[in-house]
Amino acid sequence: MPVIEIEKLEKSYSVYQKKEGLAASLRGLFRREYREVLAVRGIDLTVDEGEFVAFLGPNGAGKTTTLKLLSGVINPTSGTARVMGHVPWKRENAYRRRFALVMGQKNQLWWDLPAQESFRLHQQIYRIDPATFNKTRDELTDLLEIGDLLKQPVRELSLGERMKMELTAALLHSPEVLFLDEPTIGLDVVAQHNIQQFLKHYQEERKVTILLTSHYMKDIAALCKRVVVIAKGRIEYDGSLSGIVDSFSGHKIVTLQFAEHDSMKALERFGEVLEIQPPRAKVRIDRVDVSKTLAALLSEHTIEDVVVEDPPLEEVIANVFSSVRDDEDVEPKPEISMTTDH
Amino acid sequence: MYAHVATWWTILRICLEERLVYRGDFALGTLMRFLPIVTQIFLWTAVFDASGQERLAGYARDHVIAYYLLTMVSRAFSSMPGLAGGIARQIREGEIKKFLIQPVDMLGFLLLGRVAHKMAYYSVAIAPFGLVFFLCHRYFYGLPAEAATQSAIIFAAFLATLVMGFLLGYFLEASLGLIGFWWLEVRSLLFIYMLMNFFLSGHMFPLDMLPEPWRSLVDLLPLQYLAYFPAAVFLGKITGTELARGLLIEAAWLIFFIGLARVMFNRGVKRYSGFGG
Repeated sequence: MPVIEIEKLEKSYSVYQKKEGLAASLRGLFRREYREVLAVRGIDLTVDEGEFVAFLGPNGAGKTTTLKLLSGVINPTSGTARVMGHVPWKRENAYRRRFALVMGQKNQLWWDLPAQESFRLHQQIYRIDPATFNKTRDELTDLLEIGDLLKQPVRELSLGERMKMELTAALLHSPEVLFLDEPTIGLDVVAQHNIQQFLKHYQEERKVTILLTSHYMKDIAALCKRVVVIAKGRIEYDGSLSGIVDSFSGHKIVTLQFAEHDSMKALERFGEVLEIQPPRAKVRIDRVDVSKTLAALLSEHTIEDVVVEDPPLEEVIANVFSSVRDDEDVEPKPEISMTTDH
Repeated sequence: MYAHVATWWTILRICLEERLVYRGDFALGTLMRFLPIVTQIFLWTAVFDASGQERLAGYARDHVIAYYLLTMVSRAFSSMPGLAGGIARQIREGEIKKFLIQPVDMLGFLLLGRVAHKMAYYSVAIAPFGLVFFLCHRYFYGLPAEAATQSAIIFAAFLATLVMGFLLGYFLEASLGLIGFWWLEVRSLLFIYMLMNFFLSGHMFPLDMLPEPWRSLVDLLPLQYLAYFPAAVFLGKITGTELARGLLIEAAWLIFFIGLARVMFNRGVKRYSGFGG
C-alpha cells in the first residue's frame, strides 16, 4: 500500500535579482526584477509502506524542497501529494502527529536546557502517554548510548551527541513516516557510522517509511535499497543503487598487472588509460567490449592478474548530475514592486 | 481539555526553567529597570520648580511622579522585549519550521513563553518594586476618591487594564514580527514603532497633558493602553462611563490584534518559502 503518493508536484520561488553596485541597489528600491526558480518541476513518486528511500542529487537539486513540501513547511505551486492520506500542507494535527522531519543543520531542542526537558515537551505536544513515553525514550537512548547525557544542557553536547538527541526527540512519538535531511552532515566517521547503524536497526524493527537525503554515499549504500536521483528538480533515476551504474555508466574499469618483462606498450588501443604505475595499469573499457578487449590484451601481453570493476559510484553519479541539461533553468519575470529593502 | 492544560503547563514550566538558566543576567536586567525612576523624580521636581506652580495640566507635583511609577507597572506588563524581532528572526533563519511541523500553535506557544517570562520577572522584581513603592509612598497621598487606592472597583479595573495591556502588547508586537514573512528585515520598522511607543503610550509624560489635536489623535491609537491608560485609571483620572468606554475600546483593540496576528500568520505561512536549508 503506498504511503506517499506524489503527482506532478511543482514548486517555484520568486527570487529577487540584485545587480551589482550601488546604483542598481537604489533602482532596486522602486523596480525589482524577479526570476522564477523552479526548485521542483513535476515530480511523480510513489513510496510503499516500510520502504527506505534515498534522495540523491547535487546541492539545489530540489531534494530538500521536496522534503519540505512533504512535511508541510511550504505550499507547492501545483501538483498533489498525499502522505498517509493527508495533504501535507494542510498541516492538520492528525498528520503532524504521525510523521517527523529531522534536519541535520537545524535543531529543535532547547539550546539552554537538558534534552530531557525538550523530550518532556514533545511528550505533551504529541500527546504521548507517560508509560509509552518512558519506554520509547529509554529504548532510543539505550540504542544511541546517550542515557547519561540527558541531564546536560544541549549547548554542551558535541555535534554527534546532539544529532542523536535530535533523532530521539523526533522518534519519541513513533512516527510512521520519517523524513531525514542530511542527518549525518558534519559528523565524524564514527558518529556517522553510529547513526547509520541506528537508523538501519530502527527501520528494520519498526518498519517505518523513511525518505533520506544525504551526500554521503556510505549512508545510502548502508541503508537504502531504493535510490531516487533528483537533478534540476526532476527525477532522473529511480531504482537500486547498483542499478545506477548499469544505467548511467557504459564502462568498466580494468586493472591489469603485467609480468615484469612486459613492455606495457600501446595500451591506448584498448581503451582510455587512466593510470600507469608499472607493473600495473588501469584502463577504462566500454562495457560491451570488455571480453573482446581482454582477449586481445591477454594475447598480446603477459598479464599476471586482471581485476574488472564498475567505476566508483561517486564518479558515475557526478556524471549523472553534470549531464542533466542546463536549459530552462530560469525564466526572467520583471515585476514592479514598491517593497523597500528593510 | 485536560490534555491542553497539561501541555500549557509543560510549556510554561520549560520556559520558566529556560529563563532561570542565566541567573546573573536575569537579576541584573531586572534591577537595572529601576534606575530611570530616579532620573524621572529629579526631572519632574526640576520642571515643577522651574514653573513655580503646584499643578501642571491637572497634575499635582506628587501625582506626576506617582503617574510615572504606575507606568512602570503597566509597562512591566505590556512591554515585550525581543518579541517582534525574535519572530522576524525565526522566520528569516528558518527556525519557524518547527512550529509548522510539530502539532503546536506558534502564537499560543510564544504567548505561554511570555507568561513564563513575566512570571519569572515578577517573582524577582516584586522585591525592588515593593521597595520603590514603599520609599515613594508619599507621592500617592491626596488622590481623589475615584483612585484605586480608595475604591476596590477601580482597583479591579486597574488590574483588568494590566492584563489586557499584557495581551494587547503581545498580539500587537507579534503582528509586527509577523511582517517578517513579507519583509525579511523589520528592524527599522521596529525602531519606528519603539519611538512611537515611547511618546504615544504615555511612557514619557501623561497623555492628557497633550494639547489638541494631539490628544484626540493619541486617543485613536492603541498605544495608550500600554502605559497611560492603566496609570490614569489608578489615579482616578478616568471614571464612570469614560472608564467603561475605555475598557471596551481596549478590548476591541485586543480582539482586533488577536485576529490580525492570526490572519497574518496563516497568510504568511502560505507564502513562506522555508528559507535556511
